[in-house]
Amino acid sequence: MVARLFWVMLVAGAVIWLAMMLLALHASRRRQAPWSDRSAARLILWGGAVTPTLILAALLVFGLGLMPTLRAPGDGLRIEVQGEQFWWRIRYTLPDGRSLTTANEVRLPRGQRSEFLLTAQDVIHSFWIPALGGKMDMIPGATNRLVLEPERTGQFRGVCAEFCGSSHALMAFSVEVMEPADFDAWVAAELAPAATPRGEGAALFMARGCGACHTVRGTAAAGRIGPELTHLAGRHSLGAGILPNDAATIDRFIREVNVIKPGARMPGFAMLPAAETAAIAAWLGSLR
Amino acid sequence: MVLRLRDRADLWTLLMPPTVWATHFLYCYVVAAVQCAKAGISLTAPEGGQAFAALGMVRPLVAAGTAVALLLIVIGARQAWRHTGGGFHDLPHDAATPEDRQRFLGYATLLLSALSFVSVIFIALPAFLIRDCR
Repeated sequence: MVARLFWVMLVAGAVIWLAMMLLALHASRRRQAPWSDRSAARLILWGGAVTPTLILAALLVFGLGLMPTLRAPGDGLRIEVQGEQFWWRIRYTLPDGRSLTTANEVRLPRGQRSEFLLTAQDVIHSFWIPALGGKMDMIPGATNRLVLEPERTGQFRGVCAEFCGSSHALMAFSVEVMEPADFDAWVAAELAPAATPRGEGAALFMARGCGACHTVRGTAAAGRIGPELTHLAGRHSLGAGILPNDAATIDRFIREVNVIKPGARMPGFAMLPAAETAAIAAWLGSLR
Repeated sequence: MVLRLRDRADLWTLLMPPTVWATHFLYCYVVAAVQCAKAGISLTAPEGGQAFAALGMVRPLVAAGTAVALLLIVIGARQAWRHTGGGFHDLPHDAATPEDRQRFLGYATLLLSALSFVSVIFIALPAFLIRDCR
C-alpha cells in the first residue's frame, strides 16, 4: 500500500517535472516571438493556477483514500508495551483472552495485524521497528495505538527512538516474525512456568533478593519492578537488545549492570562472591 | 467589519477571504475533535481491539460549514470584482491614483479569494475520505 502511494507520487512528480522542463525549453526557444497579453494571461491562469490545483486535488484524493486501509484495526492479538528506563515491559493478550508477560523481545505471527498499545512508565520513549513500520511515541499517562502487519518471517531489531536518559542508546529489543503455527507453539511454551524451578542458582536468586524485583513464574520470585525472567534463555538478546544471551554474559550483567547500562535502576552485584553470581547466571541461562 | 459589503476596497475587504479560510480551518478541527472526544473512547486508556468512534455528525457539519465558507468567499470575490472595475482596466493597476489603488486592492482580493476557495475545499476533503475517528 505504502509502495503504491510512493510509486504513484513518484511518477506524478516525474511527469510534472518533465512537463515543466519541456515548457521551459519551449519558452527559451520562443524568445523571438513575444506573447500577446491575452495568451500570456491565459497561460498563467491555466498553467499556473488551474492545472496545478487539479493535479494537487487528484493526488490529495488518492492519498487520503488510502488512509482507511493503512490504518485498519488489528486482527485480535494485542501487545501492551511499556517503555521504562531502559527496557521494555511487554504483555501479550491473545485473541482467546489469555495473557502473557515478557520483556525486551517481541514475537509476531506473520500475515496478521497485531495491535500494540504503547505507553511509558517514567519518561517519553518511542517504539520503533524500522523494518516493520513507523515509530510511535510512548508517553507516560497516555496510550498510543499502533498496528503492524509483518509480511515475511525473520529477525529484526527495534529501538527506542526518543532520547530517554543516559542509556537511551542501549535500549533496544529483538523482534522475531514467525509463522502463525510457530508463534502458537512459542506462546504455549512461554505460558508454561520456569523449566527448572529449583536448584542452587534458584535458591541463591531468592536468598540474594533478586525475586524482589524480578518474576520467575513457578518460583517464589514475583517482583514487578524489573523485567520478567521466566524464559530468559529463550530470548535472542540480553539487556534489552544489546548483548548476546549466554550464561557468561548474564553473570557479567548481574555484577556490572551499572557499567553496562549507566542509569539503570538495577545496582551492580559485584559485592556477591563470584561463585554465587555464576550459579545464578547458570540457572537463568537454563530457563528456556 | 470584515464581512460587511463595502462600496470601496480597503484592507478589511482584502482580509475577508483568508479570514474565512482560517475560520473554516479552525471550525473543521474543532468539530472533529469534539465529536471524536465525546464518542466514548478514552484517549488516555483505550481498550485494545476497540473500534474507533464513528464520525457521526462530523460530515454534515463540515459540509454545512464548507458551504457557508465558500458562499462567503464567492461574495467577497464578487465584491472584489466590482472593485477592480469589472475587468475593464488593464493591469498592473500601479498608478498613484485613488482609482488604481481601488483596482489593485480589488485584484489582490480576487486572487486571494481563488486561493481561499481551493484551500477551503482541500481542508474539507479529509472529512469525506476518512472512515472514522482513528
